[in-house]
Amino acid sequence: MLKVFRFLGQGVVYALIAVLLGFFADTPAYRHFDDDKAQLTLSVAHSGQHAGTCRRLTAKEIAALPPNMRKPLDCPRERLPVLVEVDLDGQTIVRESIPPSGLFGDGPSQIYENFVIPSGSHRLSARLRDSNRAQGFDYQRELEVEIAPRQRFVIEFRSETGGFRFPAAAGPRG
Amino acid sequence: MKMDAVPYPGGRSVSLVQSGLRRMFEIVEAWLDRIFGPAWNPLYQLGALGFFYYWVVAISGIYVYVLFDTGTTEAYDSVQYMTVDQWYLGGVMRSLHRYASDGMILMMVVHMLREFALDRYRGARWFTWVTGTPILWLVFVAGISGYWMVWDQLAQYIAIASTEWFDWLGIFGESIARNFLAPHSLDDRFFTLLTFIHIVAPLLLLLVLWIHLQRVTKPRINPKRGLAAGTFLMLVALSFVKPAVSHPPADLAAVPGVLNLDWFYLSAYPLMDTFSYGAVWAFAAILSFMLFALPWLPPVRRPAAAVVDLDNCNGCERCANDCPFNAILMRPRSDTLPFEQEASVDASLCVACGICAGSCPTSTPFRRASDLIPGIDLPDRSLRVLRDRLEVAAAGLAGDARVIVFGCDHAARLDTLASNRIGTLSLPCIAALPPSFIDYVLSRDLADGVVITGCRDGECFNRYGVAWMEARMAGTRDPYLRPRVPRERILTAWAAGADRAALAKAIEGFRTRLAAQPASPPSPRTPRAKIDGTNTHA
Ligand code: HEM
Ligand code: SF4
Ligand code: SF4
Repeated sequence: MLKVFRFLGQGVVYALIAVLLGFFADTPAYRHFDDDKAQLTLSVAHSGQHAGTCRRLTAKEIAALPPNMRKPLDCPRERLPVLVEVDLDGQTIVRESIPPSGLFGDGPSQIYENFVIPSGSHRLSARLRDSNRAQGFDYQRELEVEIAPRQRFVIEFRSETGGFRFPAAAGPRG
Repeated sequence: MKMDAVPYPGGRSVSLVQSGLRRMFEIVEAWLDRIFGPAWNPLYQLGALGFFYYWVVAISGIYVYVLFDTGTTEAYDSVQYMTVDQWYLGGVMRSLHRYASDGMILMMVVHMLREFALDRYRGARWFTWVTGTPILWLVFVAGISGYWMVWDQLAQYIAIASTEWFDWLGIFGESIARNFLAPHSLDDRFFTLLTFIHIVAPLLLLLVLWIHLQRVTKPRINPKRGLAAGTFLMLVALSFVKPAVSHPPADLAAVPGVLNLDWFYLSAYPLMDTFSYGAVWAFAAILSFMLFALPWLPPVRRPAAAVVDLDNCNGCERCANDCPFNAILMRPRSDTLPFEQEASVDASLCVACGICAGSCPTSTPFRRASDLIPGIDLPDRSLRVLRDRLEVAAAGLAGDARVIVFGCDHAARLDTLASNRIGTLSLPCIAALPPSFIDYVLSRDLADGVVITGCRDGECFNRYGVAWMEARMAGTRDPYLRPRVPRERILTAWAAGADRAALAKAIEGFRTRLAAQPASPPSPRTPRAKIDGTNTHA
């Protein structure tokens, strides 16, 4: 009798542990994102232009440099901040002047931000200034787009590929 | 040393949280004692169970790894293959891998809570606690990287949230979340890195576990076979009943909506959504710091470490063999006595349990007062003081069936049991009592019976106190309780704090039996009381 009680008891304890492990391994389900929303992600990593003007070295100065380091221009390392603006349906959602990264201010300016927006059709425009001009922008892109529910719409900036890049699937029309 | 200045019996105060938790553990443990018996009680071997789960994870992991392909599409496909096409082996291995990992979290957290509740984390024991805290991080790193490798929607969610979480620190030159902007930014090398992390973290874990156990002698790293078998069967059954499955494949152009999180490993992620990355960092940092610093919050007054008296040490090694905390080292003789070795105590490791004094052959109360200096002893709780207290307690007893109760500061409290029939003496551990004291009480007629009590069987505050004491009384471990001692005048009754009433009852029963006993010849068996809650294998 005692043996039976023990045997059953152990079974019950193991079953409880199994239920605990099995249940919390995937339950309760967690809603991370609403079905009628979409996500806009802005990602920029871009170096502004050099902050100071470059100076042309004299022939004598060039000759004084070690051969592998000879170059015609002497440029200050520091970069300009990069101004980024994004409009969604005519409303500005990002306007930020991003300082260069790095200890000496010589690294790229970086921004990475997520926005939750309603799905559906939107007008998007993105602008970026990396020079010391007072007005206007060096890059800009606009587009009308239908954003699907739970779509992750990434606005990425890469100067090597010519500026702003929108998801291929969305088919840029702007 | 002035006798009155000695805090004897003593014990340190614990917080309300601790004593509440401890009470809860005692209640559940009492149930599990009834069902499993003390030897198989899972709560008495959580560390060992943690190891067992680790090995299940490791072995199933090797199998799963053989079938796994790294690469953005290959990873998912290979996991689908083992889950669907090879459900009977690959799928079971995957499920074992998952559920044993979850079990490790469960064991680890309960183990940690229990060591805290039982106050086994402070003083000289800080080291084991502190080296336990990085284990938490490593287990999480291993588990999270594992979920990441599947590269389903859950993995995608974890990947983006984790990298954004790290980006929040701003310590990486470039944002690492940018790796997950779109499929074109994904790199197979990232999976190679991830696989590397998923293998290195558990290996590192093993190393830290080894460090974790440096200060405990003979750590129990394997659960009792019956418990291991039951646990394994449970995991296999669970793997068949509810096989581990994947979410749909990752799609970086969409945000996952509903996710079936493994709450053991991934509970922090919803917090990141609800609060902020900064808040979760702050939470993790504060929690880690608190855990790390807990042994000193607040600092405890550490009782003085055991001290060797070379004139009385013959180098027999018993103390070194019995010390549960690796605190005694035998070294070549430093004096002129004709022995090879001598004991030496590393005070920083000594928890002042007194077990060494209980094991020393020179610890005998039969010596004259001036002589009772054992080879090794606790300065604050010396055996000479114990003998003096014993004599005072015995002198206060009258009538028939007088008993002396020897107990332990960490088990059922004794002071309320005391009366003019019952004298009580609490030690830092029951194994701090040299068995010759029992002989002394009975042969000098200081009382008619002796009760030996302490932490519940299978579970001792000082790890091996109960086991050593039982072995000494059974004559299987030095120093033996002499055969001439009448066993029917000794009661062994292990009792935790929660078992005080049951202990009182057992003592009353014992006294009734004593009263009915004529002065009898020695018998070889020691009666054992079955205390509700504890379980004795009589
Ligand atoms: C998977 C994770 C872990 C495993 C496998 C493990 C394993 C063990 C083992 C085998 C013991 C020795 C038990 C004995 O023989 O008495 C032990 C003791 C201990 N562990 Fe762990 N442990 C883990 C995590 C932790 C964590 C996270 C903490 C706390 C932060 C912790 C704190 C302690 C303490 C305080 C002791 C007691 C030392 C003593 O009695 O003085 N452990 N652990
Ligand atoms: S038990 Fe006593 S005699 Fe033996 S080594 Fe230790 S201190 Fe010396
Ligand atoms: S009192 Fe003795 S047995 Fe206990 S930890 Fe210290 S040296 Fe080891």
